Amino acid sequence: MNPEFKELYQDIILDHNRSPRNYGKLEGATHVLDGRNPLCGDHYTIYLKVENGIIIDAHFEGSGCAISKASASVMTTSVKGKRIEEADQLFKVFHEIVTGEADIEETFDSVGKLAAFGGVADFPVRVKCASLAWHTMHNALHGETNSTTTEE
Amino acid sequence: MVHSATTHLDVEAIRTDFPILHQKVNDHPLVYLDNAATTQKPQAVIDAISAYYQNDNANVHRAIHKLGERATIGYESARKKVAQFIGAASEREIIFTRGTTEAINLVAASWGRKFISAGDEIILSEMEHHSNIIPWQLLAQEKGATLKYIPFTEEGTLDFTQFELLLGKRTKLVAITHMSNVFGTINPIKRIISMAHDRSIPVLLDGAQSAPHLPIDVQHLDCDFYAFSGHKMAAPTGIGVLYAKRARLENMNPYQGGGEMINSVWHDRATWNEIPHKFEAGTPNIAGAIGLGAAIDYLQSVGMENIALYEQELTTYALDKMMALPGMKVYGHAPERGGAISFNLGNVHPHDMAQFLDQQGIAVRAGHHCAQLIMQKLDIAATTRASFYLYNTFDEIDYFVEQLKKAQSFFDF
Repeated sequence: MNPEFKELYQDIILDHNRSPRNYGKLEGATHVLDGRNPLCGDHYTIYLKVENGIIIDAHFEGSGCAISKASASVMTTSVKGKRIEEADQLFKVFHEIVTGEADIEETFDSVGKLAAFGGVADFPVRVKCASLAWHTMHNALHGETNSTTTEE
Repeated sequence: MVHSATTHLDVEAIRTDFPILHQKVNDHPLVYLDNAATTQKPQAVIDAISAYYQNDNANVHRAIHKLGERATIGYESARKKVAQFIGAASEREIIFTRGTTEAINLVAASWGRKFISAGDEIILSEMEHHSNIIPWQLLAQEKGATLKYIPFTEEGTLDFTQFELLLGKRTKLVAITHMSNVFGTINPIKRIISMAHDRSIPVLLDGAQSAPHLPIDVQHLDCDFYAFSGHKMAAPTGIGVLYAKRARLENMNPYQGGGEMINSVWHDRATWNEIPHKFEAGTPNIAGAIGLGAAIDYLQSVGMENIALYEQELTTYALDKMMALPGMKVYGHAPERGGAISFNLGNVHPHDMAQFLDQQGIAVRAGHHCAQLIMQKLDIAATTRASFYLYNTFDEIDYFVEQLKKAQSFFDF
C-alpha cells in the first residue's frame, strides 16, 4: 500500500467510518441543515443544538464515502461544547488541513483529530468529500436554510 | 487454474498493439477496466492520426491542391468504412459528429424540431444515459411534448408489458439504448423496433456501448437512427457518428449553419448542400474521422464476432467470480449482456472502492454513470463499474477480484 493512500485512510478515519459518533437525529435541535455532494451522491443532515452561543450537542445522519462519513463524525465530536466562534475557527482550520495549507505538525495540539484529514490534500477530488459536513455545519450556524452543496 | 479463452483471439498479440497498457500505476501493472467510459487506442490509430498531420493535413472539400485532395480522400474514405462497419446502405447516411451526445442532439434539433409538436409523446427508458434523456427533455420543454419512460425490471431488462401500454397515437419516437452502460443489458432491439414500426413510429438507438463490442447491421436492425462514439471503440475523442435512413435525412432541417453545409448563399437565404454535408457545418474533425477509420480497420482485422465472443467469456468469468464474494451485489442480470458490470460490495462506498483499486493499479469507475434515473429507482447513490474490452485478460480479472476482497477487508464492515 502506498504511503499517500495510508495517509488518506488513516486508522481514525476508518474507525469513524465503521463506528460513526453522534449518528442519528437530534431531538430538540435548533439548527438542522442538509448537505449534498450531487456528483458523488453524498448526503448528510447536520443537527445542532445551540444554547447561549454554545453548541451543546451535534449529530448527523446520512450516507457517503468513508472520508465524508468520518469527517462528519469527527466534526460532531469536535464542535460539541464549543462556542460558535470556536466552531468557525475549527472550520477554517479544517479547510486549511484538507487543502494542504495548514502546518499540521505545528498546530497538532490544537487541531487534534482533525490532523487525520491531512492526507486528503494529496487527493484533490476528495477534498469535497471531507469538507461537506463542515460546510453544512457552518452554513447551519450562520442561518442558511437552503441545503448546502459542494458544487459551487 | 489458468483460464484461457476458447475464442480465437490472441489477446497477448492484441495487448502489444496498445502502448498505454504497458505501464505501472502506483507501482502495479495497469489494469484498465474503465472501457465503458473510454477505450485505449492501438498504435495503428495513433499512427494514422500522426501520419495525417505529418503528411496530408489540409481542409477537406473544394481545395484545388494535392494535400486538400489527400485530406478529402482520407476523410471520405473513413465515412465509407463507417458505413460498411455498421452495414449502412450508403455512406451518405453517415454524418460525422463529436460523439454520441452530439448525434442525439442533432436528431432532437433537426428532426425533433420539425416533427414534434405540442402533445406528442417520446418514449425513452429508465435505463438511458443522460445523453439520451436531456436532448429530449429540452425538445419536449420547447414544444410542449411529453416524455414517457419504459421501466426496467429487477434483472435490469426492459418491461415490455409497460412498453406496449406506452405506445400510443401520440407517440412520435422511441429512443432507446442498445446496450446499457450500467446494467450491461443488451436490449432486444429487433423486438422494440418491430413493435414501434408496426405503428409507424421511428426508433433511435443509442449505440455508444454496442458499436464498440457487437457486430452491427443497421439495415438488419432496421433502426431509423443509430448514434455512437469513436472514443469508446479505440478511436480518438471528438469524433462520433449519426447514421440515419436516407429518407429521414433528406426530410430534416440542417443542424448548424455555416460553411460546407450550403449550396448557394444570398443575402436573405441559402440552399442546403446534399446529405451528409448538409449536417456537417464548418471544418470537421478530419484527423478524428481518419483515426476512426483506422480503428475500424483494426477492430475488423480482429473481427467483431471474435471480440463479442471473447468479451462474453470474460464477462461470464468475471461475473461468476464476483458473485462468489460474500456481500456482492451486481446490478443487472439480463440474459443477454455485455461487459459492463456495476456492483457494490458490502458497505464499501464506490468512491472508496475505486480509490483502493486505483492504488493497486486498477482503473474502474465509481458514481452514477450518467444514469441518475437508474440510481434513483434502485435507491442507491452510486455503484462501482468494471467494464472490459478486447485487450483485457482472465489474469486481470483474477487480480481484480483478489483486490476486491482486500478492499472489503481493508474497510472492514
